[in-house]
Formats: sequence, structure tokens, C-alpha cells
Amino acid sequence: MDYSNLRRQAASLKKGLFDQGHLDEQFRQVEDLQDEASPNFVEEVVVVFFKDSGRLISNLEQALEKYPRDFNRWDAYMQQLKGSCSSIGASRMKNECMSFRDNCGQRSVEGCMGSLQKLKREHAILRQKLESYFQLLRQVGPAGAATRPAM
Amino acid sequence: MAVAIAEAPFHVLAVDDSVLDRKLIERLLKTSSFQVTTVDSGTKALEFLGLHDEDASISSVHQDVEVNVNLIITDYCMPGMTGYDLLKKIKESSSFRDIPVVIMSSENIPSRINRCLEEGANEFFLKPVRLSDMSKLKPHIMKSRCKEHCHQDEDLLSNSETNPTNNSSSSSDTITISSSNPTEKAADDEILTKTSRPNHN
Repeated sequence: MDYSNLRRQAASLKKGLFDQGHLDEQFRQVEDLQDEASPNFVEEVVVVFFKDSGRLISNLEQALEKYPRDFNRWDAYMQQLKGSCSSIGASRMKNECMSFRDNCGQRSVEGCMGSLQKLKREHAILRQKLESYFQLLRQVGPAGAATRPAM
Repeated sequence: MAVAIAEAPFHVLAVDDSVLDRKLIERLLKTSSFQVTTVDSGTKALEFLGLHDEDASISSVHQDVEVNVNLIITDYCMPGMTGYDLLKKIKESSSFRDIPVVIMSSENIPSRINRCLEEGANEFFLKPVRLSDMSKLKPHIMKSRCKEHCHQDEDLLSNSETNPTNNSSSSSDTITISSSNPTEKAADDEILTKTSRPNHN
């Protein structure tokens, strides 16, 4: 198994996520919390994040339909989602959350819908990239990781 | 000679309705050597403490229950009971008003922050909370323990004339008293206990 190549790929993927603004410094803060006592912490947090954000997006979409022009309600949902994005360092998603909230403030349904689509796209991209990243890490496994400190 | 007051780690009760944030705060606290209990609402926090929503002042029923919480850290924005509401309940409670309370919020709203501090919150953290924030917690815990000893010392001093061998329930007070010369007068005891109290600031 070419561990060094896999590690390189994983590192490159992660670097890309930061360089392209998908992740910010907060993600590194989360990584810092991972240690021998909690060796899969980052992946666990990411899993919780996507489950939680998926649910919030779904709730929001229902609310958009069920409560037309209820900008206060929509904003409240988005505030929760923005909080989660902020906690994990999901920077692009967070920006789309803020854009959505701005549109709520301006009472623009079209603006909100546009922001939501962008948000969903960023959500999907981030999920796919992080899944690839953790898959690579899993392939490297404890044997590969043992020869080098955690990335 | 004075002995360490407690060997067990300090116990923090963390309150947050977000499952993600609960996971993070738990890890932050455990990494910082705290024992942690997390709950997802203010109501559950009060239940855990043994307080009931309706009559926060009546907590004597639960004093026998072993709930030893050294600090409460709570999110501000929660459905139902907000962090501010929870803070108020805690400060209204005779049993728990001295427990330091830290409020967390993702929004930096000065009026909100001031409102919490005025109500007795000891600290306000802007989310996302970081590892470096954890070092701010212990000083609040140590200060509140010193305050607790002050109250107990005052009780002992006021009782010392009628009952010189007054037994307090707190082991630390027993230690403090025994560390000073038992023949000293009450005023001297006060001076001695003050100087022997460790400074954790």
C-alpha cells in the first residue's frame, strides 16, 4: 500500500479545501481537539455536522413552502444553520447563510431562494470533498499514520 | 497543614440545544481536564441540578442529592428557556447562586452581553468557543470557592462564642480551623484563614 502517496493526496485535498475557502481556521481548532483519547473526533464532528445541517436545510425548505414570506421564521432557521457552519469552520456555507439572512432582511423571496440554492451546492461540495478526505485517511489507516504525525 | 480541597476534577454542566455545539464544548472541556455533563435545554439543566422551574427558591428537598457542579456554561439562544432565563433561575436559587455561570453566544450584541453580566453571569464567550477560552473558567471556579469559604468562615466566627468546636460540613473549613492555633481568638482566626487561603488568580 503506497501510504505516502495516499497521505499526499489527503494533504492536498485538505489544502485545497482551505485555499478555496471551503474551510477556515475554525476547522483547525476542531482538529486540535483530536488526540489519542478521541482519535476520530474530527470525522465524528463532521458526520454530526452534515446530519444536523441536512436536517436544518430540509426544515427550512419546508418552512419556505409552508410559511410564505415569513422572513422572521426563515431567518431563525438560518441562524441555527449559520451557527453550525461557524462551529465547524464551513466558511463558504457560512457566507451563503449570511447572504440568505441579508435577503430576509431585505424581504426578497427571490434573493432567499437564490441563496438557498447556493448554500445547498456548497453543502454538497463540502460533503463530497470531506468524505473523500476521510476515506483517504481511512485507507492510510493506523499503520500508515503511525509513521507520521496526524495531518 | 492545609490539604487540597478536592482531588476530583471540576465538574462543568454544559447547556446547548445544538448537538454539534454540545459535542464540541464537551471535547473542549474534557481536553481541559473538566468532568462534563451536557444537556440540551435549560429545563433539563434545572432538572439535573434538582431545581424545579416553578419554584427555584425551594431547593432544600434536593440538598441531599449528590449534584456537585462547579460551573455552568450555557448557550444564550435556545428554544423555550433561553440561557438568560436559566441564568436568572440559578441566581434566584439559594443553593446554586454562587455557581459561576458562563454564557455563550454566536452573536456579539453588547446589550445582550451587559444584560447577562448584570444578571450575574461571570463571563461571556463568543462562539465558536476555542480551547484558549477554557483557561478562563478555572479562575471563576476558584473565586466562587473562596467566596463559599468566606460565607462559611463568617458563620463559624459568629458561632464561635457559643460553640467553639463548631463542626462545619465542609472539610476545607475543618482543615482551615485546625491549621491555626486553636487557642487563638476569633479575630485572629479570621486573619489566619485569610492568609492561608491560596490565591488562584
